Amino acid sequence: MRDRAGKYAALPLLCLSGALCNCATAQSGGDQQDFALIDRGRYLTVAADCAACHDDPDGHHPFGGGRAIQTPFGNVVAPNITPDRETGIGAMTEAQFDAVLRRGKLPDGRNVYPAMPFPYYTRMSETDVRAIRAYLGTVAPVAHTVASDQLPFPFRIRASMWVWDALYFKQGDFKESPSQSPQWNRGAYLVEGPGHCGACHTPKGMLGGDKTDQALRGYSIQGWFAPDLTNDRPRGLADWSNEDIVEYLASGHNRFAAASGPMAEEVSHSSSQMRRADLEAIAVYLKNQAGATDNDKPLSPKDPVMVAGAAIYADLCSACHKPDGSGVPYLFPDLAASASVASREPTTLIRVVLEGAQSVATAKEPTGPAMPAFGWQLNDAQVAAVTTYVRNSWHHAAAAVSAGDVKEARRTLNAAN
Amino acid sequence: MTTRLPAKDAVIVGLGWTGSILANELTDAGLDVVAIERGPWRNSATDFAPNYAQDELRYRIRHELFLRPAQTTFTFRNKMAQTALPIRNWGAFMPPNGVGGGGVHWNAETWRFLPTDFTLRSHLTQRYGAKFLPADMTIQDWGVTYDELEPHYDRFEYLCGTSGTAGNLKGRIQPGGNPFEGPRSRPYPTPAQQQPFSHTLFGKAAQGLGYKPFPQPSGNLSRAYVNPLGVRMGPCTYCGYCEWFGCANYSKASPQTTILPVLVRKPNFLARDLCEVTRINVDGSGGRATGVTYVDSSGQEFEQPAQLVILCAYTIFNLQLLLLSKIGTPYDPTSNRGVIGRNFTHQTISDVESFFDSSKFIFNPFIASGAIGMCIDEFNGDNFDHGPHGFVGGGYMGQVQTNGRPIETTPVPPGTPKWGAKWKQAVRENYLSALKPGTGVHGSMYSYRDVYVDLDPTYKDRFGRPLARITLDFHENEIRQNRFLTDKFAQIFQAMGAKQVVKQYRLAPYDINDYQTTHLCGGAIMGTDPKTSALNRYLQSWDVPNLFVMGASAFPQNAGYNPTGTLAALAYWSADAIRTRYLKNPGPLVHA
Repeated sequence: MRDRAGKYAALPLLCLSGALCNCATAQSGGDQQDFALIDRGRYLTVAADCAACHDDPDGHHPFGGGRAIQTPFGNVVAPNITPDRETGIGAMTEAQFDAVLRRGKLPDGRNVYPAMPFPYYTRMSETDVRAIRAYLGTVAPVAHTVASDQLPFPFRIRASMWVWDALYFKQGDFKESPSQSPQWNRGAYLVEGPGHCGACHTPKGMLGGDKTDQALRGYSIQGWFAPDLTNDRPRGLADWSNEDIVEYLASGHNRFAAASGPMAEEVSHSSSQMRRADLEAIAVYLKNQAGATDNDKPLSPKDPVMVAGAAIYADLCSACHKPDGSGVPYLFPDLAASASVASREPTTLIRVVLEGAQSVATAKEPTGPAMPAFGWQLNDAQVAAVTTYVRNSWHHAAAAVSAGDVKEARRTLNAAN
Repeated sequence: MTTRLPAKDAVIVGLGWTGSILANELTDAGLDVVAIERGPWRNSATDFAPNYAQDELRYRIRHELFLRPAQTTFTFRNKMAQTALPIRNWGAFMPPNGVGGGGVHWNAETWRFLPTDFTLRSHLTQRYGAKFLPADMTIQDWGVTYDELEPHYDRFEYLCGTSGTAGNLKGRIQPGGNPFEGPRSRPYPTPAQQQPFSHTLFGKAAQGLGYKPFPQPSGNLSRAYVNPLGVRMGPCTYCGYCEWFGCANYSKASPQTTILPVLVRKPNFLARDLCEVTRINVDGSGGRATGVTYVDSSGQEFEQPAQLVILCAYTIFNLQLLLLSKIGTPYDPTSNRGVIGRNFTHQTISDVESFFDSSKFIFNPFIASGAIGMCIDEFNGDNFDHGPHGFVGGGYMGQVQTNGRPIETTPVPPGTPKWGAKWKQAVRENYLSALKPGTGVHGSMYSYRDVYVDLDPTYKDRFGRPLARITLDFHENEIRQNRFLTDKFAQIFQAMGAKQVVKQYRLAPYDINDYQTTHLCGGAIMGTDPKTSALNRYLQSWDVPNLFVMGASAFPQNAGYNPTGTLAALAYWSADAIRTRYLKNPGPLVHA
């Protein structure tokens, strides 16, 4: 922890929520001693990464809500899901809670925006959702009113969501595939259900619904490109072993890559706290996902942009990432094997060069190394050259980055900042 | 108005190497610890980004990482009869500031002291007789032995991943290492850094003269490393921006690259940066510290009560806080009584600049690290017979090429104009073929009755507190030592084939403007007698048993090595005593 002098502002609030705790838990219903159900719910809450959106932005009040979730249509603010009756979900019945999570319906009949990944949560069983509800009934209630609707017209009209639901929402529990192993099925349940990996990693259509025929093939979201998780080479995880995937999810790091941005939050809140057997199941399922079949040809090393990019790379990048892109395992990512380098869209790569990146620090990998920003030092053409170079070196082949792409990325990042 | 904060188990003053080590050890022991640091927080990637950190003007010339004298300074004089004046621009040493302290900007030369350094007075008296020592020399035994410190040296080296070649493994002399070092329980955690051309040449020449050269132990790593805390470091890239600079290649050992990532995750640790401790508070009896008082950047004053106070600031600030807090008796050189400020020392550094035939020798001095070099230890400590020479002490010497940076690496032979076209031409001709080691001769400085620190009678800081006053000059023993060592050093460069060798002896009077090292030592020394030492052998205050004072301020005199390895080993040694003995039974660990 780190603090400046005298910052004790959080203290009275914490005391307040502690004082409220006893009376509120008594109101939230259910058997407060059903340890097995509550613990199952606690684990599913971790696997579903509820904290990523619903923790308050200052991190003082778990599940207190108030965090703005960026969507292509505007911001949706995550509600308070503590058991507070007035401002949280304390007054919801179990059936109402189930309808939110598995059908995207609010108690008053309105539709839930799909920033809340109910199209994934619908694959959880009724018991799973009851368990989550039981666990959330045990957390400290926080009196915190959240105004969720901040979308611009026409999206702020929730009624418009019925069109979306009709197009993209397929209700129903997860169905096991009898031809696959129990481990594969467990992985599929976690990835397609509570883990909602596709919410970021699956390409979306015009209205933000999943293109199910391109599941997990990567998508630009919140200013990052959530990489291709299929067995594609070089875009996906073909070079990664099952153990590489497990290690990455458990610690945020492996011999190739480091989690930063939204994935750093996912590792921190969710996968680093999941059971190893579950991470192994996820790896089995992901390694079984076939990739795309497009065959890009790398740019010629003699291309003037590649020559310029190679010079910039040697000057500014090679000290850490090494001349051959291999980096230093667990410290500086291996650009030859990273899924964020030759990705279909270069969103993450451009962003990381412009702004730098802070990798996640976890109990298993506490170092948390970071990359400095180069946006102040390189102009748009130079960033385009060096990113084009790494996207077309060491067996990579991917579309060149233009100076215009970089200019647009700067504009977007500045607007977000 | 002073705000009184909730009490902590331990308060640490200064979050550099020793503060980080103690904070980690004490939080591991379950204590609730707050560290208060005068300077800013510093992160590797954002504060030392490798795309701007290699800026000699900003960091070396303009001292960006260091304390600003406008915030606080010291006064200086050579002799007791003189009036001291305030230092307004750092020169002879560089007071660190900010999280990581001196561990951010050091060269990472990671030495152990010789076994006889810890028993110096008794060893020299036994070998040469008491009369061999100058009458006003006040050197002492430390009260701790090399063997006792060995496991703690080992812990620090494995924390840092130190790169080196062992010279003495459990008593067996190893080829290629330093044969004079004390026995070590296991090899260095990583092999020595690769040596560039000039270092290799120095090694061969030294060998030809009958010496046993070895690679300098380096905290800039030869390869990637993961330390026992699980923190990872990368291999050094030989950029030559170590001393004065932070390293964001994660390859120089510092609190940031070895301890802080683990420390900041602990719920029982809190760091307050940009807060300056103004005094250690003691109870009415004067025998117990109750905590510290500090001021934040808005000038607001806070009292932080604590059961245990650990002073971990830079040498001179440790002394100033002790004096201002009236803990321990201030040293009086006239009566030779008192302990705070006593046995203050620095270092005796000199160098040799040598010029080679530029058509035959290209040294590429920019291939550098703060601690790559080949060294010899034949003339350190008491590794040689001082009888015929009439002085005591010594130092390691080596071709340690710390950098080839553009502003300061301007080698020109004597007689060259100081500026203009001829100067530029001479720099151009000699840049690649001249050698001026970054370290050179690293001589000891022993302690004397009239070299000390007290409070200045005239000059005050912004709080109206007296500044610390340094009274320091070289004595004949150190001047002779330096002449002898510098001559030996020059012979090696001659043997390497230099066409011209220029000796730059260290001369009296001590010059506060000429950079030597940041190795201020002593002033709150450890020992066995409360009359002549401020601390017992566990770095515990004799007067205030719940106060421990870390750092080189505990050295009774300075040896011929860089001090960090030893002050870190002492920190682990002290932390071990606190954890295994003090916490079970708080009170004096040694009864005088």
